[in-house]
Amino acid sequence: MKPYRVIAAAAFCLVLCPLPGHAHLVETGLGPVYDGIAHFALTPEGLIATLALAVLAGLRGNDQARRVIFVLPLAWLLAGLLGAAARIAVPESLSWLPLLLLGGLVAADVRLPAAATTVIAAALGLFLGLANGGAMAQAGPGVHGVIGIVGAVFVVTTLGAACAAAWQSGWRRIAWRVAGSWIAASGLLLLGWSLR
Amino acid sequence: MRMRWAYRCALAALLGGLSSSAFAHVQSGPAAGLLTGFLHPISGLDHVLAMVAVGLWGAQLGAPAIWLLPVTFPVVMAVGGFLALLGVPLPGVEVGIAASAILLGVAVMTERRPPLYVCAALVGFFAIFHGHAHGAELPRGESGLLYSLGFVVATGCLHAIGIAIGAIHRWPAGRIALRIAGGGVGLAGLFFLWRAIG
Repeated sequence: MKPYRVIAAAAFCLVLCPLPGHAHLVETGLGPVYDGIAHFALTPEGLIATLALAVLAGLRGNDQARRVIFVLPLAWLLAGLLGAAARIAVPESLSWLPLLLLGGLVAADVRLPAAATTVIAAALGLFLGLANGGAMAQAGPGVHGVIGIVGAVFVVTTLGAACAAAWQSGWRRIAWRVAGSWIAASGLLLLGWSLR
Repeated sequence: MRMRWAYRCALAALLGGLSSSAFAHVQSGPAAGLLTGFLHPISGLDHVLAMVAVGLWGAQLGAPAIWLLPVTFPVVMAVGGFLALLGVPLPGVEVGIAASAILLGVAVMTERRPPLYVCAALVGFFAIFHGHAHGAELPRGESGLLYSLGFVVATGCLHAIGIAIGAIHRWPAGRIALRIAGGGVGLAGLFFLWRAIG
């Protein structure tokens, strides 16, 4: 048998074998860890607050940035596990608070001591982790979803803090502060929406 | 045979004519919130001119006003939007918006350089009117945060456009062009005022 015939026969068999392809993985699901990552990426309340904290720490230098990179995900993980175990539901009407506070601090370029930034990071992690843990337990992914979220939080915090620490000379610092003012303004409007 | 083809073509044309619009992206939920919020400040010429004028004036004034005004404006504008969302009335909103275009246009035209706190207070005062108008028009059922983000970012982009145009201030001919543009904004503000009162 000639080689090209063998190749053609093998190719024909392979064509008959494949399973149906799904362009969008909504049907198949991404798995609980990836569901957690997707949840974090698609929830602006958590994502923007995390970025704002990362920028706040990054603008204060490498020391504060390093602290926040580890404190925030750790607090998020602990609160997430607790929230998933106890199925605690945090009211969504408080989601404006981190945005207004962190955005305002970035806009005002407040020179916080490292201890204060660390406490803020822990508080944010506990607050959002508790909310995420309860939501993940009710939605299905559970603890695996929380792990996915915490992984995404670590990556986003690291990237955000690194960018802010590296780019803060001249107009770049002003750009961060303008972005902070946008976040604070959005937080204030969100408060208005929740009271409407 | 020809008649059969004619019938088929007529049927195809009829079916084509009856077809409804297809949407690749469904404009509802959070996506609509961000997009609708972003388009909202751009949809009104009075807002657009006032926002661009803030950027032009900041560029004329130089540092630190060039960045202080765009940082101040969104936060104070959000206060105005917040008041509107709570249902707190603000009299003469349209007049205030028109007055902002007039005064900012005149400030650019005359290259007025008051102290920094006066600039910030003036811009902040008018920002409340702009924010209130936006807040009062916020549609129900949208994603609050994404809508707010879109609308704040669009406002910031309008300031940035004003600052970018204002960069021509470094050339003598650019200075004259900026002052003419300020006069244009002021005239447009007069038109808005006439429309608001009339």
